[in-house]
Amino acid sequence: MTTTLYIPRDSSALSLGANQVAHAIMQKAAALNIPVNIVRNGSRGMFWLEPLVEVVTDAGRMAYGQVTEDDVNSLFNAGFLAGHDHPLRLGLTDELSWLKNQERLTFARVGITDPVSLQDYLDHDGYKGLHNALKLSGAKIVQQVTDSGLRGRGGAAFPTGIKWKTVLEAKAEQKYIVCNADEGDSGTYSDRMIMEGDPFVLIEGMTIAGIAVGATQGYIYVRSEYPHSIETLNLAIKTAYASGYLGRGILGSQHDFYLEVRRAAGAYVCGEETALLESLEGKRGLVRFKPPLPAISGLFGKPTVINNVISLATVPIVMDKGSVYYRDYGMGRSRGTLPIQLAGNIKHGGLVEKAFGVTLRELLYDYGGGSASGRPIKAVQVGGPLGAYLPESQFDTPLDYEEFSKLWAVLGHGGIVAFDDTVDMAHMARYAFEFCAIESCGKCTPCRIGSTRGVEVMDNIIAGTEHAQSVALVRDLSDTMLNGSLCALGGMTPYPVLSALNHFPEDFGLVKKEQAA
Amino acid sequence: MHDQQARIKSHIESHQHMAGALLPLLHAIQDDLGYIPEECYGNIAKALNLSVAEIHGVVTFYHHFRIHPPGKHVLQVCRAESCQAMGSQALETHVKSSLGIDFHQTTSDGAITLEPVYCLGNCACSPAIMLDDQVYGRVSSKQVDRLVAEAKEAV
Repeated sequence: MTTTLYIPRDSSALSLGANQVAHAIMQKAAALNIPVNIVRNGSRGMFWLEPLVEVVTDAGRMAYGQVTEDDVNSLFNAGFLAGHDHPLRLGLTDELSWLKNQERLTFARVGITDPVSLQDYLDHDGYKGLHNALKLSGAKIVQQVTDSGLRGRGGAAFPTGIKWKTVLEAKAEQKYIVCNADEGDSGTYSDRMIMEGDPFVLIEGMTIAGIAVGATQGYIYVRSEYPHSIETLNLAIKTAYASGYLGRGILGSQHDFYLEVRRAAGAYVCGEETALLESLEGKRGLVRFKPPLPAISGLFGKPTVINNVISLATVPIVMDKGSVYYRDYGMGRSRGTLPIQLAGNIKHGGLVEKAFGVTLRELLYDYGGGSASGRPIKAVQVGGPLGAYLPESQFDTPLDYEEFSKLWAVLGHGGIVAFDDTVDMAHMARYAFEFCAIESCGKCTPCRIGSTRGVEVMDNIIAGTEHAQSVALVRDLSDTMLNGSLCALGGMTPYPVLSALNHFPEDFGLVKKEQAA
Repeated sequence: MHDQQARIKSHIESHQHMAGALLPLLHAIQDDLGYIPEECYGNIAKALNLSVAEIHGVVTFYHHFRIHPPGKHVLQVCRAESCQAMGSQALETHVKSSLGIDFHQTTSDGAITLEPVYCLGNCACSPAIMLDDQVYGRVSSKQVDRLVAEAKEAV
C-alpha cells in the first residue's frame, strides 16, 4: 500500500529546507522499498513548525513539525509512515488548536490540497462559485459580491462590489481584470500563500470578475521577489486553459476570459493601483492623478477592475455559499474574515484567518505565543510599512477597519509585525522615512523631497541636534506629507513616524509628560 | 558580443507584439544575460516605438533591473521591518564586513553581488535572505557564511 505524505512547496517552507526533507524521505523510502506518494501542498500557515510533514493515516493527517533532513532516519525508525510517535510528532493536523480555532474561508483549501491539481481543487468545492456565476447576469453577480460586504483586502478597504459595478456600467469594447499581487508590505505573505497554495481560487475569482463586468482579459501582476508564486500560477493557468476554465467560451458558455501573469520589477510603489497600471503598460511606475478612476479609465485607458489577491480569491466562496454566509462573519462594517499574518519577533508566526473582531492581544498571545525572544512585546506595526505602531495599551483593539481608524491606525493588508523591548522607535521612524525615500516614484514633491528631509530631521533628533526644533519640524513635515502627497506612500509614511513619536516619546529623547500629540 | 546581440534581437522579436511589452522584454533580456546592456536601448526603442529616454527611464526606475553584469551570485538581504525585529541589522553588518562590500557592490573576485531587498514575503521566518532564486529563513550569520562559501565553491 502506498503511503501519502504532504510536504509544502510554499516559499517559506522551502526557505527552511522542505525540498531537502522531501528528497531525503523519497531516498530513504526507495532504499527501504516502501512505496510513498509525496504531495507538495501549500503551507498550513504554521510557519514556526515548517517544514511540516503530514502523513495520511486512517485516523487523519498526522503532523510532524520542524523536520530536517537529519530527522528522516529516526522518523522512519519510529514508524512515522504509520503515524507512530516521535519527538517531532504534533498530533493530527486538524486537531491542532491553532488551526482548529480559525475561520478559514478564503484559505479553506490552502495546505490541504495539491495546489496544481485541478482535480483536487474540484474535489474540494473548487469552481462551484463559477458554476453559480455562469447562471447569473453580470448585475446579479455584482449584487451578490456587494451584498457580501467584501471590502478590498489590499489595504484601502473599498467595497469590492461597488468597484465592480462602476466597471460593469462603463461602456467599452475592452475591459480588464487586474490582480494586484505586488505584495510589498513587510509582515505580509497571505497573497503569496494563496498563489503558491491554491492558485485556482485566484483564477476562479478573476474569471468570475471577468464574467460579471464583461472583461475578457486578466493580468496578475506578481512581484519579482516571488518566483515560486509565478511558477505555481503559470502551472495552474496552463491547466485551466487546457480544461476549458480559461480561454474561449468558459465551460461552453458565451464568456471568454484570458489570463496572464506579469512579473513586477521590485518597485514598492507599484502596489499602488495606478502605478501598477502604468507598470503593466510598460512604463515607469508613476502614480496617476485620480480621477479618472481605474474603473472608468484604467489599463490602456479602458475600464478596469483592479483588486488585491485576497479580495479576488474570496469571490469564489461568496458565489458558492452566498453573500449572507460570508456577511455573517465579522463585526460592524467589516464583514467576513481577514487573513492575518503574524510576523517579526513572534514565537508562533503564521497565518490566522479569523472573522473581524478578534483582538490584537488574542492574536499576539493566544496565537502568536508572545515574542520569539521571550522579552515583552513593546510595539506592533499593523498594516505594513505605512501602518501605525501600536503600544501595549492598544492591544485590546478588535481588528475592524473603523476601530483602527479611531486610533489613527490601519489594518492594511492584515500584516502584524511584533517588536520586543529592544526596539528603538526613533530608529523605526527614521527607517519609515528612509524606505519612503528609496521607494518614492518621485512624481509629487511632499513624498519625493519630504522623505529625504525626514531622514535628515530624524538624524538630528537621534543625535540631539536642535532637538526641540527638530521634533516640531518632523511634525510639520509629516503634516505636509499627510495632506499633500499624491498617494498613500508619501501620505501614510507619517503614520509609523508620528505613532512612534506619540506612543514612545522616550525613544525620541522626550520625557512622557512632554508628549504633545 | 555578436551572440549577445542575436539573443537580444530574438527576445525583442518574441516580445514586441505583446500589450505592454517593455517589462516582459526587459525581464527576458536580464534573465538571459544577467543585465540589460545600454547598447540595446536603441533597438528596443525602435521595436516598441518608444524613445531611448523612455527605455532608460524604465530600466533605471525599477530596482530589479541592472545595467552592469552582476557577480556570479546575487545575495539579497531583507531590510524590512519584520526582519529588523529579528536582528537583520546585525546580519546586514556582518554580511557587509565579511564580504568587504556595501550594498549594490560586487566582491572583487566577481563571485557575489550584494543587494538590499524590502521584503521577501518570508516574514514569519525572519530574518530572511535570498541567494539567487532561493529564499532562506531564520538565517544566522553563520548560515550566510556557509551559503556564501558554498556558492563561491560552486563558481
